Amino acid sequence: MYNFDFVKPKTLAEAAAAMAGDEAQALGGGQTLIPSLKARLASPTTLVSLGGIKEMVGVCTGDDGSTCIGGATTHGAVAKDAAKLYPALAKLAAGIGDPAVRNRGTIGGSLANNDPAACYPSAALASGATIVTNTRKIAADDYFQGMFTTALDAGEIVTEVRFPVPEKAAYIKFEQPASRFALTGVFVAKYKDGVRVAVTGASEGGVFRWKEAEAALSKDFSAKALAGLSASADGMITDLHGTAAYRAHLVGVLTRRAVEAAA
Amino acid sequence: MKVTMTVNGASRSGEVEGRTLLVNFLRDTLHLTGTHVGCDTSQCGACVVHVNGQAVKSCTMLAAEADGAEIKTVEGMANGDGSLSTIQQAFQDHHGLQCGFCTPGMVMSTAALLKENPKPTEAEVRHYLEGNICRCTGYHNIVKAVMAASGQDVSTIAAE
Repeated sequence: MYNFDFVKPKTLAEAAAAMAGDEAQALGGGQTLIPSLKARLASPTTLVSLGGIKEMVGVCTGDDGSTCIGGATTHGAVAKDAAKLYPALAKLAAGIGDPAVRNRGTIGGSLANNDPAACYPSAALASGATIVTNTRKIAADDYFQGMFTTALDAGEIVTEVRFPVPEKAAYIKFEQPASRFALTGVFVAKYKDGVRVAVTGASEGGVFRWKEAEAALSKDFSAKALAGLSASADGMITDLHGTAAYRAHLVGVLTRRAVEAAA
Repeated sequence: MKVTMTVNGASRSGEVEGRTLLVNFLRDTLHLTGTHVGCDTSQCGACVVHVNGQAVKSCTMLAAEADGAEIKTVEGMANGDGSLSTIQQAFQDHHGLQCGFCTPGMVMSTAALLKENPKPTEAEVRHYLEGNICRCTGYHNIVKAVMAASGQDVSTIAAE
């Protein structure tokens, strides 16, 4: 890993100022970034740790009933503290990586990185979450823009994520056994005005909504409503772990299982 | 830059670079070589230590991030009189280590598990330890040691 200057601001304002520097990079829990630095896939001149900003940590309920999670909240904390507020989200958090990874990795880091196989993007997209940054609020539908690509501008920091709480929801992933990332994962969330289905791990374009399944499930929230529906393999990832056709098949299987788990 | 942290109850300081990993600070600066580096990619868990009471992979945390923190390593696990702690003794009694390389991480993860869940089921032990890899594949006896350390009957778990 190339060397860098390390700064750990105590407030969001100080962090935003530090991020304005050339080649500055925000550091959440580092569970992806540190391996990337080791592999020299990233070489910032300044690393701005977000771990010292107390206002960015914690889980609470917003005025509108949504579950609000500070950007620097670890997966382990979400698994515990959101368990009563949004059980499917807490369960997703409890399944990321392993216990030691969950004690460091953060929701803001995961969403800012937008790994195509990460779990959190599916929850944010299926919940129609709002990604709050130090400068604006971004709807999940506008936020995810492709593999490792988001609507975030350079230097912008994810400070909070607000999840409208669904009536029913579940996340089911098929784990790639070595990395434990989702080979494919599906988050299904049923709201009063419709069902949203978000798929991670499968597409070359990163997390996406499976709209045909949403339409069918919005009419009838049951696994049998999905009979005859299959996701297209076009644009799906093919790698040594699975072909595009295999992943497309998993989308259907996991969506059905998620609906069964949520119902 | 200078960092100061409490390591196994004692205040320790040292100079680090921004890129210095916590595990390198522990091993190279403080000479606490009980914490091992296995994969260096946060997969294997040989480097697990406790940071402010939580299990963390010290190969994937910067030393600078641990400034001011309470760190516990495997060197801090023995009892005050130098005898092995319950967990360590259970690993010895149940042959929970073969080559021993993964053992420091296994012991630290076990301590974190039993703090959270003092009487885990066998399935819970296996699930919790999924981030700790034993390349001797000695999992049965590791699980047995963890169950024994939690004070549970291990006579029904697979034979040694």
